[in-house]
Amino acid sequence: MSYDNFNILRSTAVPMPIENVDTDQIIPARFLKATERKGFGDNLFRDWRYNNDNTPKKDFILNNPVYSGKILVGGKNFGSGSSREHAAWAIYDYGFRCVVSSFFADIFKNNAINVGILPVQVSEMFLDKIFTAIESDPGTELEVNLPEQTITILATKEKESFDINGYKKNNLLNGYDDIDYLQSMKADIRSFATVSLY
Amino acid sequence: MSNNPTTLFDKVWNAHVVRKIEDGPDVLFIDRHFIHEVTSPVAFLGLEKRGLSVIFPERTFATADHNTPTLNQHLPVNDPLSANQLKALEANSGKYGISHWGLGNPKNGIVHVVGPENGITQPGMTIVCGDSHTSTHGAFGCIAFGIGTSEVEMVLSSQCIMQPKAKKMRISVNGSLGKGITPKDVILYIISRLTAAGATGYFVEYAGDVFENMSMEGRMTVCNMSIEMGARGGMIAPDEKTFSYIKGKEKAPEGEAWDKALAYWKTLKTDENAVFDKEYHFDAKDIEPMITYGTNPGMGMGITRQIPTADEAGGGKASFEKSLNYMGFHEKEKMLGKKVDYVFIGSCTNGRIEDFRAFASIIKGHKKADHVTAWIVPGSHLVEQQIREEGILDLLLEAGFQLRQPGCSACLAMNDDKIPAGKYAVSTSNRNFEGRQGPGARTMLASPLVAAAAAITGVVTDPRELMN
Ligand code: SF4
Repeated sequence: MSYDNFNILRSTAVPMPIENVDTDQIIPARFLKATERKGFGDNLFRDWRYNNDNTPKKDFILNNPVYSGKILVGGKNFGSGSSREHAAWAIYDYGFRCVVSSFFADIFKNNAINVGILPVQVSEMFLDKIFTAIESDPGTELEVNLPEQTITILATKEKESFDINGYKKNNLLNGYDDIDYLQSMKADIRSFATVSLY
Repeated sequence: MSNNPTTLFDKVWNAHVVRKIEDGPDVLFIDRHFIHEVTSPVAFLGLEKRGLSVIFPERTFATADHNTPTLNQHLPVNDPLSANQLKALEANSGKYGISHWGLGNPKNGIVHVVGPENGITQPGMTIVCGDSHTSTHGAFGCIAFGIGTSEVEMVLSSQCIMQPKAKKMRISVNGSLGKGITPKDVILYIISRLTAAGATGYFVEYAGDVFENMSMEGRMTVCNMSIEMGARGGMIAPDEKTFSYIKGKEKAPEGEAWDKALAYWKTLKTDENAVFDKEYHFDAKDIEPMITYGTNPGMGMGITRQIPTADEAGGGKASFEKSLNYMGFHEKEKMLGKKVDYVFIGSCTNGRIEDFRAFASIIKGHKKADHVTAWIVPGSHLVEQQIREEGILDLLLEAGFQLRQPGCSACLAMNDDKIPAGKYAVSTSNRNFEGRQGPGARTMLASPLVAAAAAITGVVTDPRELMN
């Protein structure tokens, strides 16, 4: 168990209506040099967030005190590009527990769940509704209910359900991960290896 | 099996499922695991924290590539953080008995170049690495894909990962490619047609005579960039070309083991009538030399055309404008004639001997443009050696170029090879994301031929004009 379990999350959200946010933007390569998982939250969206002289860029959403919360709402195809799990660590370490988008890149989605972030995929229409709701009131709260697999805009009660497979859901609910599971089936793996062709 | 036709992907996947979890992922056995200095240290720390060990160290191979310098590799690495990661890789490999090709080792090079060239990569295998371009190995009929660091820890500790089976896509390209059209152009063309997210959720098989006629190097270039359209991976059915590429390589099977392996490898193809979840067909004659104009690999176009408008390109207008703005380009402009400051040839996409042969074929008899800085970086020491042996180095030097030492280099700019902010680079690598080649760098992805043409003219140039 390596992260806090996830059940029902009620929070305001940070909107980032940009498409194809790739993992090089989430955490640029030059910050991948650590040999420990520490301090990644500080460099989340580094080049969008800070000028060259390390002063915050005023127009970037994370620097706008009006927006905060544990939910990040991104445009379509969130997390594309490099497989770096550091991107998911940076998001988690910054304080987000859930990312909402209308479409996620595969590896990012997998990495997110593995580190305890819930990726919630909603329809384009619902995503627009969320963006509109936050735009008109940055205090808009969302409720992400993992047991029921729903996301609700609390002010308007608009609700949509999302998919997650039963096994991964159970992991997140309990704070387990795949390594725990795989350790429990080592005997099977060893006997599989003996008949492996390679 | 004739009444239940299956795809190449099904065959390889199904042969590796240790357990199926209901309403969950498959537990998939991994034959070969590559690690490098950037995405493995935290995985090893994780093992230690849990008190676990490496279950089958002989199935994992370590090489240092992502942040190694490309000059003076015999000297200590300057950047203390990079040096630290390189040391960690060496120490972890030593501790668990994993073979390690570090800096200075004659086998060192980019992980996706050294795997195949040493015969580690073989048809029908499952191969993973904490690097999204692991899809390269699919060129041999493998299921190969990139994983995150948690999964690196899984593979180290259990030789398995847990993933749902991807959907299946087949992309067929038939016909013959015109003069100056390389495998890189084929894949950039496909990605431009499908978009950067067009294959998300799918595993792709490339089929048709364009791929059948392609060299193994070319197939690797194509499979390498599968991830750039969101695919989990890409693969090409192995054939005689594949087998003869592998035969005699250091880690290839020999004698009886070879015969047995070969007999199995020959069964690795998609049955007639097998069904894919999605199919695309393209015609080779529609493909031109390609170049990208935006900040994701889907934003590519034929080099003689003009940059599309946001409407023509589809997708969100705001994101499109942000992208052109970053590049300093405008809708409806031509790319031909645009000034180029840097040229990079290398990476796991185009850092193999064939790529340097192609590059040399264009620059022969010309000189590097004065204002262009060119970084020529072989994918491995073996490639470097071939460049010398084939006389390509002499040709490069004559034209005013220099050769660097192997590594990922400006592909992701983790070492000193960073394109300065605002500068334009024609690059044979695989990603044109904002800042990928250095903060503020502007990347145009293209083939080695287009890169060579730009290097001698100093502007975006159609390489066909320089070919006899
Ligand atoms: S060359 Fe580039 S894409 Fe390939 S492994 Fe290195 S960093 Fe990754």
